[in-house]
Amino acid sequence: MDMMMLVKAFLVGGIICAIGQVLIDYTKLTPARILVSFVVIGVALGALGWYQPLIDFAGAGATVPLTGFGATLAKGVKEAVSKDGLFGAFTGGLTGSAAGITVAVVAALIVGLVCKSGEKS
Amino acid sequence: MTKQKYAQWVKEESPNSKGPVNISKAFVSGGLICVIGQLLIFLYENLGAGEKAPVLASLSLVILSAVLTGVNVYDNIAKHAGAGTLVPITGFANSMVSAAMEFKTEGYVVGLGAKMFSIAGPVIVYGVSASVLYGIILVIFG
Amino acid sequence: MAQRIGKQTLLLISSPSIIGYAAVGAKQEKIGPLAGYFDYLSDDSSFGEKTWEKSEIFLQKKAIELALQKCGKKEEQMDYLFAGDLLNQCISSAYVARELQTPFFGLYGACSTMSESLCLAGMFVDSKLAEHCIAATSSHFCSAERQFRYPLEYGGQRPPTAQWTVTGSGACVVASSCKAPFLRAVTIGTVTDFGVTDIGNMGAAMAPAAAKTITQFFQDTATKPDDYDLILTGDLGFVGSRLFERLMQEDGYPLANIHNDCGLMIYDRSKQDVHAGGSGCGCAASVLCSFILPQIACQRLKNVLFMATGALMSPTSTQQGESIPGIAHLIHLSAFPYQEEVK
Repeated sequence: MDMMMLVKAFLVGGIICAIGQVLIDYTKLTPARILVSFVVIGVALGALGWYQPLIDFAGAGATVPLTGFGATLAKGVKEAVSKDGLFGAFTGGLTGSAAGITVAVVAALIVGLVCKSGEKS
Repeated sequence: MTKQKYAQWVKEESPNSKGPVNISKAFVSGGLICVIGQLLIFLYENLGAGEKAPVLASLSLVILSAVLTGVNVYDNIAKHAGAGTLVPITGFANSMVSAAMEFKTEGYVVGLGAKMFSIAGPVIVYGVSASVLYGIILVIFG
Repeated sequence: MAQRIGKQTLLLISSPSIIGYAAVGAKQEKIGPLAGYFDYLSDDSSFGEKTWEKSEIFLQKKAIELALQKCGKKEEQMDYLFAGDLLNQCISSAYVARELQTPFFGLYGACSTMSESLCLAGMFVDSKLAEHCIAATSSHFCSAERQFRYPLEYGGQRPPTAQWTVTGSGACVVASSCKAPFLRAVTIGTVTDFGVTDIGNMGAAMAPAAAKTITQFFQDTATKPDDYDLILTGDLGFVGSRLFERLMQEDGYPLANIHNDCGLMIYDRSKQDVHAGGSGCGCAASVLCSFILPQIACQRLKNVLFMATGALMSPTSTQQGESIPGIAHLIHLSAFPYQEEVK
């Protein structure tokens, strides 16, 4: 096991989350807007080709934050466009992120059916 | 009393968020979630998942987040972790699962089914639209 | 018969009494400093009901039942029910009224509703339009949270200026009687908006309305803060209370020593994670009915100005970028009726 990789994942992931916290505390952006911003920024960074080096460097530190989800969308589009041209522009994003979205939807459905919300403490 | 003067008073009397404390907590908790993600990547690589390992790791985190939300634990962690639990993919899953649980009482279709996307929906809408825009740019200039 | 004085104040000359009152709460209220004064507290915030809305209906109904029980009256004797809550279309109160079958006025004044309902009940009894009226309000943390903010299990962070919606209800039975507490005067407030847009800081949005109403009351009645033992605002919380006191200081009515706030009394902010204090219709209602009214009844408090404050926004208006309008209605509660002091 590569200890260095864990340290890098911790640092990079931590910094991305800390940026999110700065936005919450100092800009009054709502959480939904912050999530949207992170995904769109991830798409942009992925499109510019800047995100893959970060993934190579920090592994999960870059793939686990939502910017990684955005980069996955961009990567999917890039692959699909090179294969299918314009058609790929419309299929690539969701193809690339299909597993993530599907698992989240199914998990939400199952847990939603089984569990009940409780009072905050 | 003018609105400007009152706004100044409100600013003076309102305690600020504990910025540096919150930011450190978000850094540590977000970092730890990514470390768990990295450990999962190592695990799946050892099991021979190859380049699918990072995706499988993220999916595992989604499921973990869904379970923690279901047993009423995730919000108690998030209260302290802030963006540390919001920004990782676990926060995305939590927003869907929590809404599904909450609005089940309004029915399985317009409650659970529809409200699941009240926070996650915009993320998909703008993420996918941005990716389409990128695709079109690629087609034109690529 | 009520007599209008000044611009916005009505003197209730016959001084109707609050003959029965009860306060109901749940878990968070049970660990708060006023727990011992509540009539009914439950560890289970759902009260065994399937939805949070049903829980809130249970809460309000319980408060009304207990208030009736404590003054030995029956619901058939009640002429009107004035009730309100925070939920869309005031459903908690409407569903309680469905069961009580008392003629019903549904009120919405956000967290100011307890003042509003008590004002109206007092005015109806004073002008002999009714013999017995009920004034009641309720709020429930969980039903309010899911309507105004996020799902309960959503991992969000509350800013330090945010307030915690009280899971509670208070009910008062108003009628003519020779026993304290008496309703002596009411001042109906105007909607005041100083441009606060932050829904995480409702106390700041409501403080100007409170300051305006009470200043008007002092002018109308030619009295001053020292004439009262306690000035009790509804749920301004920590931030709103500070702003209210500053506004009053500026208006020439310093009252920091005799002012307290229901949102600060119901919870212990140092031990309970409620940020700037309690809020919600049930906050002012349950603090009034648990802690304040008994003290007026035994004359430990002689003259109290009770002023619940409300923030009249909705999620829609907030999302459309509107600022938050505030309102506050004032009631002069006294250990003595109006005539007695005149002689």
